[in-house]
Amino acid sequence: MSKKVPQKEYERTLSYHLKEWLNGSKEILLDNVEMKPQKPFEEDKELLVERKKEEQQRFEKVYDLKSNREVRFFRKAYRVLSVLFCLFLVLMLLIAVSNLPSFGDASNPVNNEVSKRYIENGLQETGSVNIVTGMILDYRAFDTLGESHVLFIATCTVLILLRIDGDKKGRSGMGYEMEEDRLYEPKNDVILQTAARFLVPPIFIFGIYVVLCGHLGPGGGFSGGAIIGAGLILYLNAFGFAKTERFFTRKTYQRSSFCALACYALAKSYSFFTGANHIESVIPKGTPGDILSSGLILILNICVGIVVAGTMYTFYVMFRKGDY
Amino acid sequence: MQFVQNFPFITIILSLFSGPLCSILGGKKAKRINQAVICIVMVMSCAVLAFVMQSGTSYVYMMGHFPAPWGNEIRVGVLEAFMAVFFCIIMLLCMMGGVYEREQKLEDTKQNLYYVLVNLLLSSLLALIYTNDLFTAYVFVEINTISACGLIMIKQNGRTLEAATRYMIMSLLGSGLLLLGICFIYDLTGHLLMSNIQEQVRILAQTGMYHMPLLVSVGLICVGLAIKSALFPFHSWLPDAYGYSTVSSAAILSSLVSKGYVFLLVKIFFRVIGFDIVCDSKIMNILFVFGIAGMIMGSVSAIQENNIRRMIAYSSVAQIGYIYMGFGLGNTAGVIASLYHILSHAATKALLFVAASGITDASDNHTDFFKLTGAGYRNKLAGIAFTAGSLSMIGIPMFCGFISKLLFAQAGMDNTYKMLPTLIALAISTILNAVYFMKTVIRIYTPVSRKEIQKNGYQNISIKEQPVKSVALILFIILNLILGLCSEPIVAALQSGLGMFA
Repeated sequence: MSKKVPQKEYERTLSYHLKEWLNGSKEILLDNVEMKPQKPFEEDKELLVERKKEEQQRFEKVYDLKSNREVRFFRKAYRVLSVLFCLFLVLMLLIAVSNLPSFGDASNPVNNEVSKRYIENGLQETGSVNIVTGMILDYRAFDTLGESHVLFIATCTVLILLRIDGDKKGRSGMGYEMEEDRLYEPKNDVILQTAARFLVPPIFIFGIYVVLCGHLGPGGGFSGGAIIGAGLILYLNAFGFAKTERFFTRKTYQRSSFCALACYALAKSYSFFTGANHIESVIPKGTPGDILSSGLILILNICVGIVVAGTMYTFYVMFRKGDY
Repeated sequence: MQFVQNFPFITIILSLFSGPLCSILGGKKAKRINQAVICIVMVMSCAVLAFVMQSGTSYVYMMGHFPAPWGNEIRVGVLEAFMAVFFCIIMLLCMMGGVYEREQKLEDTKQNLYYVLVNLLLSSLLALIYTNDLFTAYVFVEINTISACGLIMIKQNGRTLEAATRYMIMSLLGSGLLLLGICFIYDLTGHLLMSNIQEQVRILAQTGMYHMPLLVSVGLICVGLAIKSALFPFHSWLPDAYGYSTVSSAAILSSLVSKGYVFLLVKIFFRVIGFDIVCDSKIMNILFVFGIAGMIMGSVSAIQENNIRRMIAYSSVAQIGYIYMGFGLGNTAGVIASLYHILSHAATKALLFVAASGITDASDNHTDFFKLTGAGYRNKLAGIAFTAGSLSMIGIPMFCGFISKLLFAQAGMDNTYKMLPTLIALAISTILNAVYFMKTVIRIYTPVSRKEIQKNGYQNISIKEQPVKSVALILFIILNLILGLCSEPIVAALQSGLGMFA
């Protein structure tokens, strides 16, 4: 026999609160959390008029519309011509597409010996259960090497464009930006932090899983790296730069992506070199389906994952703050 | 397989590897690594060239353990190796010519990023030269585009940022069209490897199947690459991008980046579609018309320009027009002339950009035309170099511009219908070239009184003051003279290279 709980004691338990909340009879957040409806953003009307006017003046000054007849004509002609051109392009591409081999037909030129070998011998030759991963990281690894360098160089250009350097004259560089950034940074938002505390570890683990199992199932370096990068961004938003900078700074990014790209380049140089010179590669393929199988693919997936995660995070930080 | 045959692949990987390496080093070390990499790549490419010249055939290098339609491969012939050597020489000289400006104008902490961009640009150019796979070409076109964008905007001011934005929009439009064309071709042939595509395209052309989509795909690729290499109606991004970026960026962009795309187009004509099929499709006539329009309109815009850097940039539009006109002639002689013009324009335009920076240095960094009066006396070597470059552009014998114009005229003779327009356009364009280049040369050799020099604070710059730049200028002039005086073996090499290209 279980003991009867008095009503008052029951009302204090968590399960009663949950039931109340589910029934909708009590809003548990009502007295605990300060809630203010957000004001919709309204620009001061005078300022708006002034800003519009200034823009217009600047525009007229730059292009000198009154005396520059060429530009005036061009602006009118441009609208008409661009519409006509787009219509022409759309029409032409539609006609061309309608003349292409019909989608999904077995006799299409795409269904040839190339895809046949990928599908039939892919598992045997690369040791990767996921044929797509086998294709991009073993059959056509050179393309993927280029692709990961595309990501790297994209971050480099963003660094050039947005990085703020401390030693600039005039204003105090980083210090100024840091102060300004503090204005917009969440001030220890409880909801966000609690949610992030629960969400970030599973996101990281899931990302690592996707990277590591790229050769066994759907996933791989690109998708797993994107997940890890998203987790890093969430962590940053919840806890601020002070916490993330303890383990991830620009130097970390540059060094880790250098190591990853160098590792990729070296590993693949080995297999390119042996392949071209018809030397037997010493890297074992392993049993397909094992985590440690399919030769270099696992290592390459990890390298790509590191580069992608760093790239995503760096993009976010550069657009938000300018340096880290 | 001999060890030399590995060199093309090693050069690509080495320059790819050195890009991220430079990102973790300081500016000075990155500069040294960059120079070392370019030199090593040059030496290796020379070895490859010697090997291919000796063997007389091109060879295929398998990238990995799987043969070609499944794995990637690169293909090396005389033309590819020659282009690789030449691009390395030009890139080394461009980097030498801009070394002082980079140190002064770039932020210290961003110096190393410049070398990251240049190293990756080199690797993408090498990959574009050597690749035998359309999709690999596209991937490296992407690297090429992004690094070129970075090279424009690394000197950060309003002008370069606007120019870089414009360049990026236009260039990405070009990439998009190129990708669309590649997708169409893949759908029609089921291959991405160039040689296999050609087999399939030949079958399609004989049976007449899918005629219309094939035509559209060739058109898309041509337009995409024409936008990226600034053929006449698509040139609006060019003057700002070349005119306001740093000297070495402008020189590299005009002489290497756009030429890389042109080389890819040649490759697609000869190896992917087949030159006779492209010529039958009448696309060549359109390229011919726009090439001629570019030759004239580029020069007309250059004459109206008052800024020396922008003037040289507009001159590039005209020279790209020459190259497309050569393709448009629709015979092998025309393509040889275009390939030679790629070389001569690369050597001359880079020389002009570096010399112009020397001239503006001696005029208190003014690029305005009237402020340059008498600058040829203040910076003697730059004046001489600019004059030499101008003479070469106009096409005075002994310099390389003459040879390319001669080759264009000869190629024009072979084509009955296009002979007259070619010759007339060459004549008009030469006169227009002479107008704006001689105008500048006369301007920089017009003496000014001492008082005015002192008033404006102009400085004399002697040859010894900037030794690296002086060496670069002298080497550029020598390169021009070599191309102009010893053209026969080079043309023969181009011919044999084109023969083993298809």
